[in-house]
Amino acid sequence: MTGMSLLWTALKILVMVGFVVNIGALLTWYDRRGGAMMQDRIGPNRAPLKIGKFELRIAGLLHTAADGVKFFTKKDFMPPKADKLLFSLAPILAFFPVIALTAVIPFGETVVPEAIVRTVCKNGTQYAAMVNDACPAGFSPETVWPAVPRHGIAAGLTAVPLQIATLNIGILYIFAIAGQGIVGAAIAGWSSDNKFSLMGALRAASQMVSYEVTLGLTLVGAFMVYGSVRLEDMVLWQGENSWGIFVQPLAFFLFFAAAIAETKRIPFDLPEAESELVSGYFTEYSGMKFGMFYFAEYMEIATSSMLMVLIFLGGWHLPFLHRDGLTIAFGATELFHTRMPHVWVVIIGVLAFFGKTIFICWIQAFIRWSLPRFRYDQLMKLGWTVLLPASLANIFATGIVWLAIDNAGPNAAGALKVAADVTQGFTAAVITGLILWAIVGFVRTPVRKEAIVGSSAKLAAAAGGTKEGPITDPGPITTEAA
Amino acid sequence: MPRAFPKKPPAPLNATPVQYVEKTPTVQSYLPEIMKGIGASMRHFFKNTRDMVRGTRPDPVTERWAEGVTTISYPEQKRPYPERFRGLHRLTLRDDASPRCVACLCCSTACPAQCIYIEAGEYPEGSERRGYERYPVKFVIDELRCIFCGFCVEACPCDAIRMDTGIHAVPYDSRDQFIYTKDLLKGMAGRDGTKETANPRHEPGDATHPGLTRDHVHH
Repeated sequence: MTGMSLLWTALKILVMVGFVVNIGALLTWYDRRGGAMMQDRIGPNRAPLKIGKFELRIAGLLHTAADGVKFFTKKDFMPPKADKLLFSLAPILAFFPVIALTAVIPFGETVVPEAIVRTVCKNGTQYAAMVNDACPAGFSPETVWPAVPRHGIAAGLTAVPLQIATLNIGILYIFAIAGQGIVGAAIAGWSSDNKFSLMGALRAASQMVSYEVTLGLTLVGAFMVYGSVRLEDMVLWQGENSWGIFVQPLAFFLFFAAAIAETKRIPFDLPEAESELVSGYFTEYSGMKFGMFYFAEYMEIATSSMLMVLIFLGGWHLPFLHRDGLTIAFGATELFHTRMPHVWVVIIGVLAFFGKTIFICWIQAFIRWSLPRFRYDQLMKLGWTVLLPASLANIFATGIVWLAIDNAGPNAAGALKVAADVTQGFTAAVITGLILWAIVGFVRTPVRKEAIVGSSAKLAAAAGGTKEGPITDPGPITTEAA
Repeated sequence: MPRAFPKKPPAPLNATPVQYVEKTPTVQSYLPEIMKGIGASMRHFFKNTRDMVRGTRPDPVTERWAEGVTTISYPEQKRPYPERFRGLHRLTLRDDASPRCVACLCCSTACPAQCIYIEAGEYPEGSERRGYERYPVKFVIDELRCIFCGFCVEACPCDAIRMDTGIHAVPYDSRDQFIYTKDLLKGMAGRDGTKETANPRHEPGDATHPGLTRDHVHH
């Protein structure tokens, strides 16, 4: 391993772990503030950073920082009869897999460092090669940001995949590691010496084992289509053809449901049902040990969203944006083509991947704030009698259709290619439409009817509305000498 | 078709049978209802986020029935109290800044919480008011005991005690601080800022004084 590749690896780890940890913290904020927005409340907005007289509130984001401080300064309680070793080990076992998961998640195009910026010799429209770091007579050196070819990497250049570890087993590693999350929850519940915790741990174990099956089986159809278990290959297939959500729509919904169950969130939050089990398997935890469970849960949302993005939403791929630039083509008819510098393609790809991940996390928050919790038997029934058969049916249907397509001949393949490009166009239209709709909705000012009923409202209307101002305390009551 | 429960025996009770929702595939798949629910959440989310970011959220008092975030950020924002809100008491003053109170003890008698203590005193010999009225040597209200019923204000024949300060009972450190004495009560102004009242007051000796004159006493 050379110094350069070490540096790249360190950078990739920094980006990935930094993103997951920060998105976990941001999600704790969003869960409260976004939930408030859905329920017509203001939400937490009062943790201030006081600089002199100035109070910095940044929309309540500092509550997350205050949480961190609180976790570290709270009493680290341990039940007297708890298993000391396992009780301390459990948060680590719950936290570790989530971080380890990110190792195989590719978050961008393969980078060719040499192709990012180059110096060429130019004389008008003529180019010449450099000889011994100097240009031939009549040619002057010029810096260019070249594009790279759409497929493959030029010989002699090093490729840096934006993925911490390029494993051949790809997604199997993710299932292996994600399954370890159960161990942390189960050990936490058992070692706490508390019946609520034990109940939570049992529920967590059985729920996660049940939904792990669906989680794995929904993806078998995707493997059949993509022909690989490597996540980067899946994204490349989706870039060349169609996003996974169009190829495997049923699998997407099944995977979404199973992923929410895996992250133990509402409506599948049976293991920590606060109305039944106090806090479930982490009832007895406090301080940063509790914080680790808490953050692991939110980071798990981020990693499961990443998986969904990679397998069903095209990863870092945006419609029509390929490695060499923007190409709008339907089948063989090319409508528009422009080459883009490699560095821009990479940056847009990375931003697209993280943007999509945040979008899925955001959608998950809506589910969390809209649906009530399942009953335990309903949960198991849903898992084993609905999701599992549906995922099996999905496998068979995919197999049959895939076999039919394989034997249908070149005409069908061409038609499918056009259909795939149409889905890309559809995606691009939907994204553009949503952005436009959001802008129009944001700019439009609401018209409301005033309802001035009662003297209180009349006084407020006379004052020009209930205005925010400095705190007006009644103050000390003035006395007069008798 | 709705299924009635129980099926048999036919209930002789005067009760409506429980109506079950028909379990169609649409209902059983949950999905349409889930989508509706998420749609409702999204509608509120987008509206409220826009209003919070742009500062166009409905006024919590004058537009209180509008859809949106109508939370009052107390204490930065305050809902104005209604005009007839009963706040802390005040003793209204005459033109010479002495209290209008004539120490008739009507208020302390009417008070169901018995939180008013008045010690009446005679005006000194030679005073215009001596023989007509008395004055409160001590006038004490225990605001912690007060139930803010307003009976004292109703009972007062002289418009001497009012609850129109617009100040709600504030928290203090100790119970002693809730004992409002005469000076404190005299010092508090009404919501219009004055310490007097608009009702006219007729001093003994004035032509408008409705009571008996000193001369009449001997008749």
